[in-house]
Amino acid sequence: MREILADIDHWRSQNKRIAVARVVDIEGSGPRDPGAAMAVNQDGEVSGSVSGGCVEGAVVAEALEILASNSPGRLVKFGYSDDEAFAVGLTCGGTVHLFIQPLTW
Amino acid sequence: MIYSTLAERIRSNKPVVLLTVIDGPNVGATLLASPNLNSLGTLGDSELDRVAARDALGELEAGRTSVRNYGPSGQVTPEDLRDTPTVRVFVESFSPPPQMIIFGAVDFTAALARVAKVLGYYVVVCDAREVFATKRRFPMADEVLVTWPEPVLTARGADLGPRDAVCILTHDPKFDVPAIQGSLATNVGYIGVMGSRKTHAKRLERLTEVGITKSKDLDRLMSPIGLDIGSRTPEETAISICAEIIGKRVGRDVPSLAKSNGPIHR
Repeated sequence: MREILADIDHWRSQNKRIAVARVVDIEGSGPRDPGAAMAVNQDGEVSGSVSGGCVEGAVVAEALEILASNSPGRLVKFGYSDDEAFAVGLTCGGTVHLFIQPLTW
Repeated sequence: MIYSTLAERIRSNKPVVLLTVIDGPNVGATLLASPNLNSLGTLGDSELDRVAARDALGELEAGRTSVRNYGPSGQVTPEDLRDTPTVRVFVESFSPPPQMIIFGAVDFTAALARVAKVLGYYVVVCDAREVFATKRRFPMADEVLVTWPEPVLTARGADLGPRDAVCILTHDPKFDVPAIQGSLATNVGYIGVMGSRKTHAKRLERLTEVGITKSKDLDRLMSPIGLDIGSRTPEETAISICAEIIGKRVGRDVPSLAKSNGPIHR
């Protein structure tokens, strides 16, 4: 979270709506520990990361959907995907649980 | 208000823990707790707030981030939780960064301070010689102190714990013997001392003279400092020191120079 505070502050000063995705749990091998955080603003701009780059694209889509639907936030799970070469998944074989919510607090 | 307080505490290196309901009633509700301060926000139930904040402050103390399960009013026993929805709470601890105190303002110090900053350390550089210990030479350090080791370790020693490191880079016995003595009196997780094997042998004699002879003390000294990776430049040496710190912290059997016998440089 520390490394994304500056971007969040900047976006807040521009009154942008922001969603924050945080790793809350990992199973097996995961690239980032719980607490790894990424912020997405309403324009799709990104700060931080929650994996080694494997799932960030999908997280942006989820985050924008959460902002658009006024959702209070939800748990999202990403695991290994070997059957679809280009599907979103972690190549390391682990599963990562993210909580994505609008930054309204 | 929760976010701005969280950001302020993270930036000022003060401990704080953020609780978020990630499943169950009131998903997305947040509570912010800090030691000795009133908590901010609510998870949706005052009793749940009280119980979860108490647990979270314990997690913060241990530096842990985890998911905890409660009943809607903070119930924790299996009997109480029967037939109630489970509230899953993400407890995220923000501990102050680990500290690295570097004794000796030499070329290796600048490189080590840079690498330590990359790893997230709060870096303190200390040397008694005011021409060397300057903020201009070590702009990356969080603090540059012109003083001897004793006052620094007396004032800050109680704050040093398993996550912290002391690196003694002077080759000067006037400075490194008191730095070693002072560091051994703390619970700091890593004490590395620079010097050739010859310097190390001589230093052991001087430590014996001042009464440091117990193997449990001497075993804490990583000397010569760093891993046996044939590093030559200050930057390579800094990497080898930080790699040794990481390996020791997680309990891996890493190839420390302190445990090998060959030449440090080939």
